[in-house]
Amino acid sequence: MIGKLGLIIRREYLAKVRNRTFIVMTILSPLLIVGMIILIAYLTKINDNEKRVISILNESAFFQQEFKPTEHISYIHLDGLSLDEAKDSISALGYYGLLHLPYGEDGEQVAESAHLYTKDNPSTQITQHLEGIFQRKLRQERLKKLGVSQDQFSLVEQPFDLQLATFDGEKSVKGINEIKAFIGGGFGYAIMMFIIIYGGFVMRSVIEEKTSRIIEVIISSVKPFQLMLGKIIGTSLAGITQFTIWLISASILLFLAVVLLGIDLGAMAGNTNMPPGAMNEMSQLATMDSEMMIYTKEILDIPWGLLIVSFFIYFILGYLIYSSIYAAIGAAVDNETDTQQFIFPIILPLMLAIYVGFFSVFSNPHGPIAVGFSLFPLTSPIVMLMRLPGGIGEGGVPLWQLLASIALLVVTFLGIVSLAAKIYRVGILMYGKKPTYKELIKWLRY
Amino acid sequence: MENILVAKNVSKTYGNYTALSNISLNIPKNCIYGLLGPNGAGKTSFIRIINQITHQDSGEILFDGEPLAQHHIAHIGYLPEERGLYKSMKVGEQALYLAQLKGLSKSEAKEKLKYWFDRLNIGDWWNKKIQELSKGMAQKIQFIVTVLHDPKLLIFDEPFSGFDPINANIIKDEILQLKEKGTSIIFSTHRMESVEELCEYIALIHKSEKILDGKLSDIKKAYKNNIFNVGLQTQENAEKLIQELNEKYHILSSGFDNVEKQLDFKVQLPSSHTAEILSELSKMANVNRFEETIPSANDIFIQTVNNKDNDR
Repeated sequence: MIGKLGLIIRREYLAKVRNRTFIVMTILSPLLIVGMIILIAYLTKINDNEKRVISILNESAFFQQEFKPTEHISYIHLDGLSLDEAKDSISALGYYGLLHLPYGEDGEQVAESAHLYTKDNPSTQITQHLEGIFQRKLRQERLKKLGVSQDQFSLVEQPFDLQLATFDGEKSVKGINEIKAFIGGGFGYAIMMFIIIYGGFVMRSVIEEKTSRIIEVIISSVKPFQLMLGKIIGTSLAGITQFTIWLISASILLFLAVVLLGIDLGAMAGNTNMPPGAMNEMSQLATMDSEMMIYTKEILDIPWGLLIVSFFIYFILGYLIYSSIYAAIGAAVDNETDTQQFIFPIILPLMLAIYVGFFSVFSNPHGPIAVGFSLFPLTSPIVMLMRLPGGIGEGGVPLWQLLASIALLVVTFLGIVSLAAKIYRVGILMYGKKPTYKELIKWLRY
Repeated sequence: MENILVAKNVSKTYGNYTALSNISLNIPKNCIYGLLGPNGAGKTSFIRIINQITHQDSGEILFDGEPLAQHHIAHIGYLPEERGLYKSMKVGEQALYLAQLKGLSKSEAKEKLKYWFDRLNIGDWWNKKIQELSKGMAQKIQFIVTVLHDPKLLIFDEPFSGFDPINANIIKDEILQLKEKGTSIIFSTHRMESVEELCEYIALIHKSEKILDGKLSDIKKAYKNNIFNVGLQTQENAEKLIQELNEKYHILSSGFDNVEKQLDFKVQLPSSHTAEILSELSKMANVNRFEETIPSANDIFIQTVNNKDNDR
């Protein structure tokens, strides 16, 4: 029995691994992914390096010192030109825009009648930046009128970040829930991708056996269930091989890219992911450091052991459930075009799990929706993994929920696999019938 | 005689559709047993039950005296009607795989494959992929894979479909050889020509029921209806002669062969007194031919199926 299963697994594995498209995809994918990362990093860099020049025609006595060059914007002061001359000159010199500050009695008046002239619509980044400068200056002016000194103003302007802590007194930081869910989500996402890619392989392999008519020869030697199981296991081993190759080669390539091309991935990540509160004040390096430490500590504190063990449990059960459904679909149809109507309903819960995960679990990992979907067997492999980085017990997933979720998954696994095996057993010997759901239900009773 | 396979009251339904109803068969050892019937009669359903691809709803099947069980699979070789091979797999690798699934060890399988590949002159196909072979070539591989593990019982479902006449003959000879070596063979078909040549026993299945079974020669005897083909040598008096005959016997048809100067006619005789009638005839003219018509398997097949349909 085991011997035959082993033979089937071996054949399915080799058939998959030797397949030309499979080999090409295995080699090409990491190159494509790393290439894309390099491209994105490169483009981000170009974007960063672009410096915009804004010329300032200041006819007033105010705002003389306020416009200081930054990383992205530099200023050129045009003095003694008329507005029209200035406009002409900036288009001739290729500057980004012209900021015109007409004469005014006080700052308020100047600011009110100030204009930014640009060729096209200015980027919001620039307008926001300029508006910020005006606002800050005006606020300072207004407060001065109310009798607040320059020093006092600076003191008032100190930014503030809310300090966070959990109930048991540990220091907490902003965004940690998101980061944790993101890590869990990564595992969940991997499961989903694996199911969709390799479930599809299982299905196509079943269809191939049907259309080549070898199926009856094989099941006169082994039980249909053995064949189905061998096929699923063989294909998933090929999938794990491919995933491993991808992971290793992508890491090597990425490492080489970072070393050889000097691409700063940190900067890239920083640009997109840094919480908004942390961005503006570089003067607070000390607090930043301690925040970074908390982030690092929190990430190290994630129960990795639990997460990885659960990942394997959910991965194996989830994959077996879905791929046996895929196998049943493959058995029910004669060719791949007939599969569409059946594929959508099985992709649906997977998509739902990912969306629910990103929209609900991220913000509220232990809310009712997150709990519901992490118990429901068709979505639990993905959603539960998003919740688990918070740990088990207080502040994390209650133990009973984890156990209930796994128990439900096991029961569903047994149920679905035996139903799928029934459909498979009947379907592989049916030709020329376009299956309907009604037909499939009938097969269950054969 | 010992039976390789005994089926007792085997029934199988799919939903509302009855595939087999109360089929009982005894399939003797070391003979070729023809399982006949029109398309959709239930032959394949029965064969699938023997191969344990499906299971009967009721009834019992004995294989070599024991109730049919999973381990008997290793002693059965099955060539299904719907057959094929993995298209992108190499011939040798594929044959090895299928042989190992039947329980042969790798070295045994290799040895036997070499024997058969040499025997059918296809040794140089080992590293070809199935998709490079013609349909007939692939069929040969399939035949080899079916018989490779020296099964006690071989089941061929329409084995000659897909073969050209020359290769069909090679395969037929191989089947007869296997029978000589002591293998029992079930031969399922709806094409009667091959049945006459090969089968000692037949069973006729029609609309899920067995309507006839037994030794082919016995069945033929039973289906004889004392119709004789007679040829009488005559000179010119043929018309007179036929009138005379018509008065005495029940003539079914007649005709005169101008070249041989022979009067041919078909006559229905009473079940006894054949010898007396022959002597009467020989007094009238020279008897060139006097033989009983033996119904062909095809005739029996059509006649029984029609009778059965008319009964309903």
